Amino acid sequence: MIYFNNVSKVYNKDSVALDDVTLTVASGEFVSIVGHSGAGKTTLVKMILAEENPSSGTVFIESVNVHRLKSNDLTKLRRRIGAVFQDFKLLENKTAYENIAFAMEAAGKTDEEIYSDVPHVLELVDLTSRVHHFPHQMSGGEKQRLSIARAIINQPEIIIADEPTGNLDPVNTYEVIQILKKINDLGTTVILTTHNRGVIDSVGKRVITLEKGKVVRDDKDGKYVI
Amino acid sequence: MSITKFRRIIKAGFINFKRNGLISWAAILIVTITLSVITTIILLQAVLYSSLDQIKDKVDVTIYFNVGVSEDKIMLLKASIEKLPEVDKVIYTGANDALKLFRERHSNDYPTIQALDEIKENPLGAYLNVKAKEVSQYESIANFLKSDNALILGSTSIIDKINYHQNKLVIDRLNAIIAGAQRLGFLIALIFIIISLIITFNTIRLTIFIFKEEIGVMRLVGASKMRVRGPFMIQGAIYGIVASIITMALFWPATAWLGYNMTDFLGLNMYSYFLSNFLQIFVIILSIGVLLGMISSSLAIRKYLNR
Repeated sequence: MIYFNNVSKVYNKDSVALDDVTLTVASGEFVSIVGHSGAGKTTLVKMILAEENPSSGTVFIESVNVHRLKSNDLTKLRRRIGAVFQDFKLLENKTAYENIAFAMEAAGKTDEEIYSDVPHVLELVDLTSRVHHFPHQMSGGEKQRLSIARAIINQPEIIIADEPTGNLDPVNTYEVIQILKKINDLGTTVILTTHNRGVIDSVGKRVITLEKGKVVRDDKDGKYVI
Repeated sequence: MSITKFRRIIKAGFINFKRNGLISWAAILIVTITLSVITTIILLQAVLYSSLDQIKDKVDVTIYFNVGVSEDKIMLLKASIEKLPEVDKVIYTGANDALKLFRERHSNDYPTIQALDEIKENPLGAYLNVKAKEVSQYESIANFLKSDNALILGSTSIIDKINYHQNKLVIDRLNAIIAGAQRLGFLIALIFIIISLIITFNTIRLTIFIFKEEIGVMRLVGASKMRVRGPFMIQGAIYGIVASIITMALFWPATAWLGYNMTDFLGLNMYSYFLSNFLQIFVIILSIGVLLGMISSSLAIRKYLNR
């Protein structure tokens, strides 16, 4: 489903974020990408969202080269991908309800669909009592659950979670990982980046290890080994 | 764009405007200052043009006729002059009226009046005051009168003198001053307008800069460029609408004060000018305000939308 072909990203000659990465992620897979800070994990997922352009190589989602897409087509592609970030990237000026409704509006959903689906997804991530709260009125765990709710609302084919537990305590970390596993069980491809050993070991799925921008391990039922 | 999308963009624009509070009002303040500069320039142009009109009105060419020339001949000439495209109006003053006006003007000048009484006959001829549409056109009118062409055959024999050449220097200088004043007025207005437009654009750019991150997030969740840009443009339009209402509300008492206290100095009642042109001024500044807000927002957001 996702193909990286000899992808490199060089900011300058002393700063190589990705070095000739080739890998494939199949549809419905749960892939964890691990590595130290600066190993290239975030750059890798940014490539999938076309937030970053590769210095060389290509990134395909199915048969589409994501970096060759025109702006409109890229917008459509992003509607098929749900993204969760360490810093949440919520719309601070909008309430929990509006944050999710915005993603649905962007995907062209009707008002009726928004009215019925938003409360449902907020209930799913246990945020019913926070419907009309703004992100700054919510805790870190709540923000991340809201961010997940926004990512899954349009039933995307891929979920990208870039260090989603980085700012969370163990209880919230556990909850977030459980939600991601549940989403994966329903058939969605999940790409998770983290450097949390506990998280990787509890997931027990494929683990790709990055070091200085290179793929150094790719284990089917991986453990955190660095 | 579907009606639903359009409605959502407008709604989001209003909600953002309300929630941004201080930022919105800061932008409105700057747009208000820009619109006030433009309104001031509109009013100053009115004062300038009214002063220039008053000066222009004082300039004319007078054709003095020989004593005893029949009114018919003069009327024939008057009709011919009125046909000239440069001529605004021609006023006839008969010999008797000319004498009456002369006596009025010299009522305190006893020796002159006494001399006039001794002559018994009217020594003054009739005259025509010719007013041109533009000050610069007097010369061509004077040249026309000097030439004895078919239109006014034999007129040179009845004309005593034309005072254009005595006034030429004054008229020429006035002409230069008027043209200069208009050019200078336009230039100053242009400079002020450009400065205020740049300041407004930069303020709106700063308000959008604050939302740089949010714009990126909106694009990441798959919002189209128009869905992201639209609400900011609506906000820009709201800045323009509110700022133009505030500007009109500020200028109402300001022009009233000027009207009551400065009419003699300005040569124009600013309050009545403002009231009689209220709708036009409002439409001008409303259009400028709305366009300025929308275009500035649209330009400022462009670089954050690229990806």
